[in-house]
Amino acid sequence: MKTSLRTLVAVAGTLLSGLPAHADITVGFVTALSGPGASIGIPYGKGIAAAFDYISSVSGEKIKLIQLDDGSDPSTAARNARKLVEEEKVDILIGTAQAPASIAMMAVSAELKVPMISVSPVVVPPTTDRWGVAVPQLPSLMFKAVTDRMVKDGIKTVGYIGFSDAWGDLVYSGAKAAEDRGEMKVVANERYARTDTSVTGQVLKIVAAKPDAIMNGGSATQGALPLLALTERGYKGKIYGTPALLNADFIRVGGKSAEGILVSAGPVIVAEQLPDSHFSKKPSMAFRASYQKVNGSETTDGFSAYSFDAWLIFVDSAKRAMAKAKPGTPEFRTVLKDEIFATKELAGVHAIYNFKPDSAYGVDERSLVLVRLTNGVWRYEP
Amino acid sequence: MSSDIAAILAIDGIASGAIYVLIAIGFVLIFAVTRVIFVPFGDISAFTALTLAALETQRLPGTMGLVAMLAAMATLMQLTADIRASDLKAIPSTLFFYLVVPLVPVALMWFAAGSVMSMPVRMGLSLLLVLPIAPLLDRIVFRPIADASVLLLLTVSMALHFALVGLGLMFFGPEGVRTQPLTDASWEIAGMQVSLQTFLIVGSAVVFSTLLYAFFELTLTGKALRATAVNRTGARLVGIRPAYTGTMAYVLASILAGISGILISPVTTIFYDSGFLFGLRAFVGAIIGAMVNYPVTALGALLVGVLESFASFWSSAFKEVIVFSLLLPVLLWRSLSVGEVEDEAEE
Repeated sequence: MKTSLRTLVAVAGTLLSGLPAHADITVGFVTALSGPGASIGIPYGKGIAAAFDYISSVSGEKIKLIQLDDGSDPSTAARNARKLVEEEKVDILIGTAQAPASIAMMAVSAELKVPMISVSPVVVPPTTDRWGVAVPQLPSLMFKAVTDRMVKDGIKTVGYIGFSDAWGDLVYSGAKAAEDRGEMKVVANERYARTDTSVTGQVLKIVAAKPDAIMNGGSATQGALPLLALTERGYKGKIYGTPALLNADFIRVGGKSAEGILVSAGPVIVAEQLPDSHFSKKPSMAFRASYQKVNGSETTDGFSAYSFDAWLIFVDSAKRAMAKAKPGTPEFRTVLKDEIFATKELAGVHAIYNFKPDSAYGVDERSLVLVRLTNGVWRYEP
Repeated sequence: MSSDIAAILAIDGIASGAIYVLIAIGFVLIFAVTRVIFVPFGDISAFTALTLAALETQRLPGTMGLVAMLAAMATLMQLTADIRASDLKAIPSTLFFYLVVPLVPVALMWFAAGSVMSMPVRMGLSLLLVLPIAPLLDRIVFRPIADASVLLLLTVSMALHFALVGLGLMFFGPEGVRTQPLTDASWEIAGMQVSLQTFLIVGSAVVFSTLLYAFFELTLTGKALRATAVNRTGARLVGIRPAYTGTMAYVLASILAGISGILISPVTTIFYDSGFLFGLRAFVGAIIGAMVNYPVTALGALLVGVLESFASFWSSAFKEVIVFSLLLPVLLWRSLSVGEVEDEAEE
């Protein structure tokens, strides 16, 4: 009698402790809720909350989401990733707000053999044992969408004005790439600093070069400075920009001078204006509804949408992986990784994703649309 | 370069130069009286602009928290000093000058913010609110080490700047602001469009420099400041308190910084950390005036503005390099013509 009771307890204990561990899929999510990266880290967190509300189970199995703050610090991000894998036995990592911290997490994911989806644009060294993918559009793709539109608009010469920092150089390289393809000529390369009081000199020189259009390589609020100076000098031509200008303060400061500027953006930014046939329309509207429900506010930023897409990629791959292995095991992680790299034509809110084992990036030109600032609002320009 | 472009660049340069003149004169003023190279001076200018912008959008400016915090710290320090010196009679005046006086503009702002004010009122309030910052910082940071070497004072001043920038980020947030222009009018002079704003900037620089000159020449307080600048020990012997002249110098200089902040805020976007570069450029002007000569300082600051404007046309990527390279020949010439540094020698 005594023995059978003991056996019963043991069996029940095994069942109770064993069941949840094998049934649930555990996701470890890291973002910057504090520190300098918090201004984009918080939207990332809100995006994942919306995604979790949208889909919280795969093939009948519950998903368990664990979120940690990395304080915008790469070493904390790496420590968090290790903790999530070793203590919480997560099946997949998603993170984080800044590229350096995401790279640090990526290294841990490869070492501990756990798949990872990065929501920041990271540069992943070429490797044969790839465990992570990145959701965002590559900067070069952002610029190419803009220069392609310039070609369509019949622009032959372009004047460039941008920040005198790494971002300014990056955008300039985008314009230069178009020149190397023989699409247009860059006739001016002018730079300014974020703390400058005036860009009159730079603008005079650009206007004197008489370009067909001007490309703005600034970002956020101070991206408006050249536009204001151009208006002052009576410039009436076309101006193009990058997603770095998708910022409420840019519109506020730029005012009338910023009207008419054309920038590339993820389709989710203008989801409500997209035609019903557009791949991003349906997921974007679902994303916005979930976001509103969970966070109690509307979403206009592109960052929370990257988290949402990361979730869609994970759920899509997990569905296929469930058929082959049990969550919580090393086999499942390997299968999940293989399935992520087998993602085909998955429509998210930002892009259609196609991952292959030879690259961490899986988006193409369809991930960007052109939007024009009209009466203080971004308008979709097909 | 055509003459048109040169003229536009020159006007643009003079306008920025005039802003630097105000800040540079403040630098020299504080340095002459207290021997402190007040690095956070540009920050005060930027904080004024940010305060003005907050008032324009009917928000409570972050400066209020900053001033209240500094006033509390200064009062605490002064009270401790009073009690240690068993000077209990001084306590009421300490409370009045370090707590009540700085908190008056804060209280005014508390009641006024949120309501729609006319532009001159907003400007007056912003100016009033930033005035206590520099004198309070003087009390908290510099007075305990007033007799230290210039190098130590500079190092402390640099550290103070970083602290202020951090506080600026906390109180004002990371986004930049731009205020409404004082006027949209512009005049045509010899075929050139010159905005009234430019005239206002240059005019204010001239008016306030002249006022400062009159203050030094005609009032007793001004003369006391000059006396301290010429010889601190001598001034003390004839009954001028260095603590008092120091506070006066900070207040006067803060007015200049505040005005420059108000003038520049409609022209460019100001961030919480914009002040440092204004200060650095003005500092080049002050160096040209050898940190003592007001007229040469003003000319030097103007030169920096014009050079900056032309440099941004010639080679915008190297603009800062060109402007700050100006320091090298000036320093070389200074060190050759002066021979020895007088400051440390007298101690």
